[in-house]
Amino acid sequence: MSAILAQADYPALMSAPTLFHYLVVSAFMFGLGLVGFLTRRNLIIMFLCTELMFQAAGLALVAFSRFHLNHTGETFVIFVLTVAAAEAAMALALVVLLFRRKETLDAERWEEMRG
Amino acid sequence: MSDVTTGILTALGGVGTLAASGGDAAAHAPASGGALPAASPLVLLIPLLPLLGCVLCGLCAAAGVRTKLPAWLTVACLGAAFVAALKMLGDATGGPGTHATIAHAFDWFRIEWGKGPGGVSRELVANFSFYVDTLTCLWMLFVTGLATLIGLYASEYMAGERGPGYCRFFAAFNLFVLSMSCLVMGDNLLLLYLGWEGVGLCSYLLIGYFYQKPSAVAAAKKAFIMNRIGDLGLALGIMLTFVKFGTVEYAELFERIRPFVELARHGRFDEIPFSVQLIPLLFTVGAFGKSAQLPLYVWLPDAMEGPTPVSALIHAATMVTAGVYLVARFIPFYVCSDLALPVVAWVGTLTALTAATIGMAQFDIKRIMAYSTVSQLGYMFAGLGVLTSTGAAFHVFTHAFFKALLFLSCGAVMHGFGGQLDLRKLSGVRKMPGWGIVGVCMLVGCLNLSGFPLLTSGFFSKDMILAQAFTTPGFAAIGWILLLTAGLTAYYTFRVYFRVFEGPSQFEPGDEAHAHADPGDQAHAHAPAGHAHGGHEHGHGQGHGDGHFHPHAPGWAINTVLAVLAVCSTAAIGAYFIDRDHHGWVGRMVDSSTAAWEAPGAGHSGAHAEPPAETGHGAAPGTFLGMDPHAVMYYVSAVVALVGIGAAWWLHLAGRTAAATSRADGLLAAAGPVARGAQGKWFVDEVYDALVVTPLWVLAHVFHLLDKLLIDGLVNLAGWVPRGAGRTASTGQNGLLHSYALGMAGGLAIVLVVALFMVKN
Repeated sequence: MSAILAQADYPALMSAPTLFHYLVVSAFMFGLGLVGFLTRRNLIIMFLCTELMFQAAGLALVAFSRFHLNHTGETFVIFVLTVAAAEAAMALALVVLLFRRKETLDAERWEEMRG
Repeated sequence: MSDVTTGILTALGGVGTLAASGGDAAAHAPASGGALPAASPLVLLIPLLPLLGCVLCGLCAAAGVRTKLPAWLTVACLGAAFVAALKMLGDATGGPGTHATIAHAFDWFRIEWGKGPGGVSRELVANFSFYVDTLTCLWMLFVTGLATLIGLYASEYMAGERGPGYCRFFAAFNLFVLSMSCLVMGDNLLLLYLGWEGVGLCSYLLIGYFYQKPSAVAAAKKAFIMNRIGDLGLALGIMLTFVKFGTVEYAELFERIRPFVELARHGRFDEIPFSVQLIPLLFTVGAFGKSAQLPLYVWLPDAMEGPTPVSALIHAATMVTAGVYLVARFIPFYVCSDLALPVVAWVGTLTALTAATIGMAQFDIKRIMAYSTVSQLGYMFAGLGVLTSTGAAFHVFTHAFFKALLFLSCGAVMHGFGGQLDLRKLSGVRKMPGWGIVGVCMLVGCLNLSGFPLLTSGFFSKDMILAQAFTTPGFAAIGWILLLTAGLTAYYTFRVYFRVFEGPSQFEPGDEAHAHADPGDQAHAHAPAGHAHGGHEHGHGQGHGDGHFHPHAPGWAINTVLAVLAVCSTAAIGAYFIDRDHHGWVGRMVDSSTAAWEAPGAGHSGAHAEPPAETGHGAAPGTFLGMDPHAVMYYVSAVVALVGIGAAWWLHLAGRTAAATSRADGLLAAAGPVARGAQGKWFVDEVYDALVVTPLWVLAHVFHLLDKLLIDGLVNLAGWVPRGAGRTASTGQNGLLHSYALGMAGGLAIVLVVALFMVKN
């Protein structure tokens, strides 16, 4: 079983990127997006950070897909990209509308939805 | 269930023996169970007419009638019922035999649950049927007769209440007669119980007639609750009867008890099952509650809060004799227990004495009459207990007339003097203009109650009980106590008469606004302001304080009723002399009903019969100081009554110049604690308060607290938990996008940490 898996071994050299590298990059991107989402107040930046987390997840999926030689992950990423594109259109439109309301992009200004 | 079967089988055997025992027995015993001949359907009119009256009075109330129409409707209905009762009596005594008959109205209960062993179907049958024998006739005769007369009296007495209250009064009045006829005429124990509860309800409604007066409401509740205690005993007795005998119908019951009576007749009480012996004792509890005997008598004096006609009819003449009726009707059951009749006799005797001593020291004339009722009821129970159901029934009969007369006379005084009932504030009423008839009638009533020799029916009925007490072996002590009580009765009765009706004419009108002079007494003024009886109509009760009060002499209705009752009380002597073979008319009525305790066919010597050996109290008849009680009791009781009356005359009339003082005042001081005890009604109410009311009150409050804290607390907790949880959780919903994101990130972190641990392990 392991014979048919690509890059099954740990990398001997730094030359060839392995699953490990992809996952590290993915985790790094996700963490970056998460920290950005939590710390920034600008709605557009926060939206960009969510996109970053999306792509991190997509990267991990593609990497695993390649690792397992299974195309399900890649297929799934295509759907995710489509949804992300639609969502980007929606979100940016929302941000524009919100901006028109309060002339600011500060997320902290929108706290009417309190319990 | 096997008990029931055994009972039924033995009963069947008993019927066989009875059939063999021959002719004379059949003449006096009711015919075999279930096959009693049908009575004339006219009998059904007796309960139906009061029902009609009740409905009509209700319609009057709905129509807003403000005239005396309800009273006339009541008198007409009850009068017609009285005529029907007379017809019933004629039918019951007119024929050759004196069989009980049954008038069937409609099927009421018929519950079957399969066949028991031996093919006897297990069923509970209780029809709305009326059992007509001479005892029923006797009772219904004075119930309907007195109700008619007292209804007429009330038409004038309650005139100040015309309007909705008048309708309400007469509707309850009719309902009472309906209930009483169910009680007395019912052919099964369930119908009796219906009537029993019905009269209790009417008593409650009528005592609390002035429902805006707290003391009346309290008295009504007291009467109702005290009666409940007794009713529990009766209910248990009925259930036990059904379990033991498998039926509640009289006709069957009196057949099935027969074998046990035979056993008792031979003194073999140990062969009678304990549960059969228990039945009469349970009935006794009910009888003591309804007929105000120790220890349940305390409601009756308080029941005087009701309008006087109610006191006269319900709480003196009729309803309170229901207990006596119950015992008399079920004498065959009582004979089966060697404990039941002595208990009845002793409790009756002690009640008679206790109530008489209290009555001696009271000042409220209506209350004195109430205690005398309790005392006389004690006499009746003593009479039943010493095996003279004839004497007891005769005393019920005479007492009904003269006690109604006394109450109505007192009521006329109360009515005329603005609610004044204190004998220290009234004097010489007889000599005032317009009061002559009341005075004479009161005198007749007092003579009857005190047992004045020869002229009064009360003398003969009381004498019958006294003589039998000395005759029946083992009951001589009861005889002596009753004799003493007779003297006391004569004294306190004439104390009222001499204070209120004789002596110098003086009075002080009662007034609703004035507190009653006797602080121990609740005010007997008619009603609080706004409800004032007579205030607008006659003007009495208003002028007090500015000297314009005029006593309001009774009108024709009251005077007529009083005169008729006075004549009836005296004419009741006739019942003693008619039909001497059967020991008087009442004796014949009792002997041909189930109340007869003699062996059927043993000859009719009535109450003065040789006491039968089967009572188990020894064989030889008792004597009175070595003489035949029946021969000398007339003289002895006459002397006792005259001594009592003489004492009252000396202490309360001779040389009295003012209403408030008399020679007895000095005696009162000399008697010290005894007098104070009697004045305080022996503090029975206080003892009950301390032993029963207060602990229950405390318990009720403890339960109230428990309910408030524990039960309500749990319910509130169930409401508070989600509310608190919501309130706590809602603080997280602060509307800040970053805090939500932080929450998500934190959750993710926790999931990751958990996942990490799960992977490692």
